[in-house]
Amino acid sequence: MNNLGKLMLLTIASSALAGAAHAQEAMTLDQKVNEIFAAVTGPFVSLIFAPIPGTGFPWIVMWLVIAATIFTIYFGFVQFRFFGHAIGLVKGDYSDPNDAGEVSHFQALATALSGTVGLGNIAGVAVAVGIGGPGATFWMILAGLLGMASKFTECTLGVKYRNEYEDGTVSGGPMYYISKGFKELGLPGGKFLAIMFSIFCILGAFGGGNMFQANQAHAQISGIVGDYPGWITGIIFAAVVFAVIVGGIKSIANVTEKIVPFMGILYVGAALIILLVNYDKIGWAFGQILGGAFTGLGVAGGFVGALIQGFKRAAFSNEAGVGSAAIAHSAVRTKEPITEGFVSLLEPLIDTVVICTMTALVITISQQLIVDPATGLYQLNEAGSSIATVGDVSGVALTSAAFGSAIGWFPYVLAIAVVLFAFSTMISWSYYGLKAWTYLFGEGKSSELTFKIIFCIFIVIGAAASLGPVIDFSDAAIFAMSVVNIFCLYFLMGLVKKELRSYASRLSAGEIKKFKH
Amino acid sequence: MTTKLVVGLDGHESGERALAYAERLAKLIGDCELMIVYVVEWSPYSFQTAEENAQRHKRREEEISTATERVVDPAVAKVTAAGIKATGKVRHGDVSSILMAVAEEEKAEQIIVGRSSEGGFAKRIFGSAASNLVMHASVPVTVVN
Repeated sequence: MNNLGKLMLLTIASSALAGAAHAQEAMTLDQKVNEIFAAVTGPFVSLIFAPIPGTGFPWIVMWLVIAATIFTIYFGFVQFRFFGHAIGLVKGDYSDPNDAGEVSHFQALATALSGTVGLGNIAGVAVAVGIGGPGATFWMILAGLLGMASKFTECTLGVKYRNEYEDGTVSGGPMYYISKGFKELGLPGGKFLAIMFSIFCILGAFGGGNMFQANQAHAQISGIVGDYPGWITGIIFAAVVFAVIVGGIKSIANVTEKIVPFMGILYVGAALIILLVNYDKIGWAFGQILGGAFTGLGVAGGFVGALIQGFKRAAFSNEAGVGSAAIAHSAVRTKEPITEGFVSLLEPLIDTVVICTMTALVITISQQLIVDPATGLYQLNEAGSSIATVGDVSGVALTSAAFGSAIGWFPYVLAIAVVLFAFSTMISWSYYGLKAWTYLFGEGKSSELTFKIIFCIFIVIGAAASLGPVIDFSDAAIFAMSVVNIFCLYFLMGLVKKELRSYASRLSAGEIKKFKH
Repeated sequence: MTTKLVVGLDGHESGERALAYAERLAKLIGDCELMIVYVVEWSPYSFQTAEENAQRHKRREEEISTATERVVDPAVAKVTAAGIKATGKVRHGDVSSILMAVAEEEKAEQIIVGRSSEGGFAKRIFGSAASNLVMHASVPVTVVN
């Protein structure tokens, strides 16, 4: 069992002890939800995070990193070679003006980003740095850069094999490219693997795309207004999400979709200001990041701990190799599926290499992590599971404290940002989950409604449960998607290579031209 | 050579005035063709949900057919009945840039739009879009009061 799993058990055990000590006090609803949830999801979590025999390294993290590395090499460092071209595509340089009114590359990217930029960037990074130390940032950036190639592969396939219906709507994603691509290659089992993916995608939508968001949004709100039961936040969130996805009240979603990008810019802006004010410490912070990456600087699990945390949180944040982005990107209107692949590779860059790194730098520079003055190494907390922090906080509360130590009122802005990010991520994942659901159960009003109602119920559970079990289940569900997705990508990557060769030769021959705008 | 005039319609009364003026002008010119254009305001840089993206193609088709049926086709029929050659177009994008682009594509002599104090499309024409059109168009622009 991994460290988090142990931590989870410890938490449950200690809360059980506390409960016994106050036997006359009835268990609160939150505690009950928490206990049942942890017990139900435990085995699934342990399987996904099982360590490679003889090491403490979870096999799933290895799985993601090896895949990203293979795609990077197989496509000849596509993320660097076509980086400029990707920017040109997003700017619309290659868009035919006659296609105006269709989904643009920019819109597909923005929509996919609103699904990935969220709590993973704020809370997830704090978890990584809190457990793995600043060194985790180095591995996070590396995972982000490699992950660009995984995104490229899956999003190209997402557009190439999407379903286009007669009424003009589209459905795409791994379940479609797995079943169609395998059929095209004459490989067996495509349908089975597509079904497997869909099941995990639904779990992922309930976990990382929902419960983790609700949980951290509640943590942030209660951190400001004072402690109150999580299920109250859950019900409010569930009601608003219900209004949007079931009631079809687009105005709420539209407002959020417009505010979220500004929140993202505001967040990075605030981080930059903090870095500028502390410019004299930037060199030191990078020293901590580089030093910690290879030595661990005394964090739990040493340098392997930093590496695992960095890779894990990067994958959770940018979802490269998970397959979710392929669903979001497949709506773009293009004659060349690969162009969307190029555009999508910008996603891990913006999400992980830029935004996550900002969070990590601010936490490091604000010195929220307690250093033992005698040894110069990080001090562990009492349980020995993570680094001791000023005020003994973790997750989004740690990020909030870090920003708050420099800009006093920023936690309030962050609270609004967290709530909005959580909300937009939930809306995005409700769509990903729904696509997987309709792939399994068919499109239809009652089938869709069933999914949407279950989705809203999970919001309440997520807000009520405590961080440990929720983050474990969220990770496990999202990573389970990558097990099927990446396995299939290995078979399908030849198809992408063919597209890449053809496109690259036409691009260099001048056949693919910029349009005059 | 046939003289081409671009007429920007908005589905409102101001568009009607622009069309009436263009009709008169066409009669005076004689060998003249009107390009009647309706622009659906659209930006490729707006933010949408995944579900909206998935339905975008369908919505676009609907927008085009609604605008064609309600605004462009009746206008084309009206001037054709008066004995003037006319073709209609519905495009998505920024109003002034689209009108300018159509004028350039068609090598039109000038662009005719209506001015209105009403809301909606007319407001857009006479927001910054109108000043853009007057300032940047490569052909003369007539604003009908």
